[in-house]
Amino acid sequence: MSLTLVSAKSVEDDRKARFESPLSVRGLTVSYGESPAIFSVDVTVRAGAMTAIVGPNGAGKSTLLKAALDVVKPLAGSVQIYGQPLAQMRDRIAYVPQRASVDWDFPTRVIDVVLMGMYRQLGLLGRVRARHRTLALDCLDRVGMRDFETRQIGQLSGGQQQRVFLARALAQQADIYVLDEPFAGVDAATEKAIIAVLQELRDAGRTVLAVHHDLTTVPDYFDDVILLNTQIVAAGPVADVFTEDNLQAAYGGRLATARVDPESVAG
Amino acid sequence: MGAEFVALSLPPILIGICVAVACALPGNFLVLRGQALIGDAISHVVLPGIVVAFLVTGVVAAGPMLAGAAIAAIVAVVAIEAIRRLGQIEAGAAMGVVFTAMFAGGVLLLEQSDTSSVHLDVEHALFGNLESLIWLDATGWASLFDVQALATLPVELPRMALALIVVAAFVWIFWRPLTLASFDEGFAQGVGLPTGAIGLGLVIVSAIAAVAAFDAVGSIIVIAMFICPPAAARMMTNRLTHQVAWSAGFATLAAVIGYVLAGYGPLWIGASASVSAAGMIATVSGLILAAAALCGPHRARNG
Amino acid sequence: MLADALLLQLGYNAALVTIGAMLLGVAAGVAGTFLFLRKRALVSDAISHATLPGVGLAFVLMVAMGGDGRSLVGLLLGAALSAGIGLLCVQWLTTRTRLGEDAAIGAVLSVFFGFGIVILTIVQTLNAGRQAGLEGFLLGSTAGMLRSEAMLLAVSAALVLALVVLLRRPLTLAAFDPGYAEAAGWRLGRIDLAMMGIVLLVTVVGLKVVGLILIVALLIVPAVTARFWTERADHVVVLAGLLGGLSGYGGAALSAVAPALPTGPIVVLVSFGFFVVSLLLAPGRGVLASVLRYGRYQRRVHVRQGLLALAQGQPIYERLTHRLLRRAGYILPDGVATADGQAAAAKAQLDEARWAIVRGDLVFVSAATRYDGLTEIETVLTPDQITDVDARIMAPQAVT
Repeated sequence: MSLTLVSAKSVEDDRKARFESPLSVRGLTVSYGESPAIFSVDVTVRAGAMTAIVGPNGAGKSTLLKAALDVVKPLAGSVQIYGQPLAQMRDRIAYVPQRASVDWDFPTRVIDVVLMGMYRQLGLLGRVRARHRTLALDCLDRVGMRDFETRQIGQLSGGQQQRVFLARALAQQADIYVLDEPFAGVDAATEKAIIAVLQELRDAGRTVLAVHHDLTTVPDYFDDVILLNTQIVAAGPVADVFTEDNLQAAYGGRLATARVDPESVAG
Repeated sequence: MGAEFVALSLPPILIGICVAVACALPGNFLVLRGQALIGDAISHVVLPGIVVAFLVTGVVAAGPMLAGAAIAAIVAVVAIEAIRRLGQIEAGAAMGVVFTAMFAGGVLLLEQSDTSSVHLDVEHALFGNLESLIWLDATGWASLFDVQALATLPVELPRMALALIVVAAFVWIFWRPLTLASFDEGFAQGVGLPTGAIGLGLVIVSAIAAVAAFDAVGSIIVIAMFICPPAAARMMTNRLTHQVAWSAGFATLAAVIGYVLAGYGPLWIGASASVSAAGMIATVSGLILAAAALCGPHRARNG
Repeated sequence: MLADALLLQLGYNAALVTIGAMLLGVAAGVAGTFLFLRKRALVSDAISHATLPGVGLAFVLMVAMGGDGRSLVGLLLGAALSAGIGLLCVQWLTTRTRLGEDAAIGAVLSVFFGFGIVILTIVQTLNAGRQAGLEGFLLGSTAGMLRSEAMLLAVSAALVLALVVLLRRPLTLAAFDPGYAEAAGWRLGRIDLAMMGIVLLVTVVGLKVVGLILIVALLIVPAVTARFWTERADHVVVLAGLLGGLSGYGGAALSAVAPALPTGPIVVLVSFGFFVVSLLLAPGRGVLASVLRYGRYQRRVHVRQGLLALAQGQPIYERLTHRLLRRAGYILPDGVATADGQAAAAKAQLDEARWAIVRGDLVFVSAATRYDGLTEIETVLTPDQITDVDARIMAPQAVT
């Protein structure tokens, strides 16, 4: 009897927590073939914070992001944005996918890529007007790519491409910024530029959620951290969660390698 | 010259241009998405679709044949996708299995059934008969303004023009989703675009172009126009809008030059009869591609 | 009549053709497997369509030189030459321009075929009234073959097969482990060239039997079919050869009974029949097995997640989970756990706690990789190890 009372209260708490969180995930299991990439994941992302998703290779970090954005279909579980189903809240999420997933030989220019971020605003046939163009150029300016406006996207370096992707996300003018490995394969200057933009967003009250693979920079860059290894190992403020024991639990025998060579846990 | 040209050459040239452009437009996206051979597969499965439609309805009419071919194209694409996913078979191989089997089925059905009374055979399906689409009632350029004469235009011309309008409208309306889904599928899904439906839509529109073209020119020219003009155009520019414009230009050029060479070329070198216009249009499109591949300003990959 | 055909009782020519088609099928199945495993299956489509202008030009040339132009050897030489040029074009477009291989294949096959049609229309005007019979190359026709042609087919099919058997080592290496092949001193480029050469030969020999539009099926379908039945590379090769041989044999025999029908489509449909059966019924990768397995797996995940939710006193949100737990007798309709349910939930919870220890400890590195949220820990660890793990659940501080 007491059991049902407790759960009735926890349902109420849960509902409230999810309503306030920009992104909350319940019992999410995603599976490619017959082994789960993530299993029964419960996570509530804190509003106005920068959160890193950290975990070993193949821990399901990208999968968690993709499932949160309904890019891959979950086997079980649900995702809510400010307590609402994703479909109604698309406009509030901006997304930077992994750089490797894109056809860089595609005939398109930097400015066109940034304008793609305004797709939901422009619709099918809406004209690109001066204000859209101004916003796009402004976004490029914020990532230091203004001068590359008319370059073909494939002619840029990896770091420059990543900045353009971030500019496209900025053009989405969202409340939540979801980034998949934003620092993978980029130069140090780009990493600095990107983190500065993300911190700006955070300071303006936006929420940032990024898959990250360099353990050494987690405390410097992020407020919260989600340690993932198929399941959630721990989640919360960096100071509480980013501990030796938790890392050991998440990485197991791979912790030493993860420390020495951050690239080895990318992906 | 004028009267003869308007009656004998103008309709086939216009039909050829409509076919070429209607195929080249969606072809741009097929080539960019690495699905060039879907065009190949579609044009092969049009035959069984048409044969089945004929066997079911018993008449050779545009409506049922168009529907049958479109259904066959969808069946083929779904089957390819199913084999690829369920059997974890590479897309090219899955395609090879499906379109050869469907084409083989179509050929056997055709040979088995009594279609001798109607104009339906394998060779016609492969290379069509563009030259036969003449406008008997035309007496000269003035006929273009003569309502009575216009009514006797070969029916393929308005049909193909309509197909071109449908294809162009699709590409125009869905330009943004098509571009986004082709360039960065992950991001497209992230902003809520149904990329699967967009891909299927592209295939269906390609099928519409292929089916409408098929009757007039056969399937070989269809494959050539899906691939060659867009591929050549890709090497001329790094902007998608410009590429699509180039591809339409190349397609038109191939249709006109190909038709003229087929019809008049042999006469110039002293031979008496003409050669296959469809084959010549495909050949010219190949020459255009070769020229672009040898000296197009953007022929090489980045980096 | 069909039985006669299958038993090679329809005369010497028909028997030769049937045997030739079988040998060709084996060679195509094996060669196609290498192509398929190198993910270049449809290159063969470009090769086969590119034969047409060669056939036509060879005919024109032979007529110009005073022959009747119908010599099969001459026509096939022409086919091989133009197919080789087509292959070079595909390679050149793929390596030297920004076009992908798919676009290069499509461009070459349609342009060469279109040009071939142009030549064919010239051939028709060259000797009006005289049937050159070149249309037979489109869809294959084995009916009314001359003895010398049937002999040529059977012998060249046997030779191609012998070549495949001779080169099977390097081909297998390059297909399954290109890195190792290079390290072992093989030149990958040359092996690929040899592979394409064999594919070209198969295509040319098969022109008269299957026709250039459908020969690609003979190369692809057996390999794809074989892949459903085995995960072992060498078995795929053997099985594909077997399936190809059966298709060639069965198809040619059937077509001997129905001479009005083109041979190619029949061979292809026999081969496709094997494919469909495999797609649906193969034990591992077949559709039926996959669907059953996936449904079972999804139910297991839901039950497990439901039990964990029960153990932690959380409500069950999803209908499917609810229904499955009800059916298993773990909960009552109002969502309250039964005695069974509580026991199962406690077990699931304990399992997860044990796994958490295992996955965080270097000692269990190999066991930890088996974690998938579903596997019971008893299947991975010995009872002693479990006792050890349980001790640490009680006293987590003991871990250094």
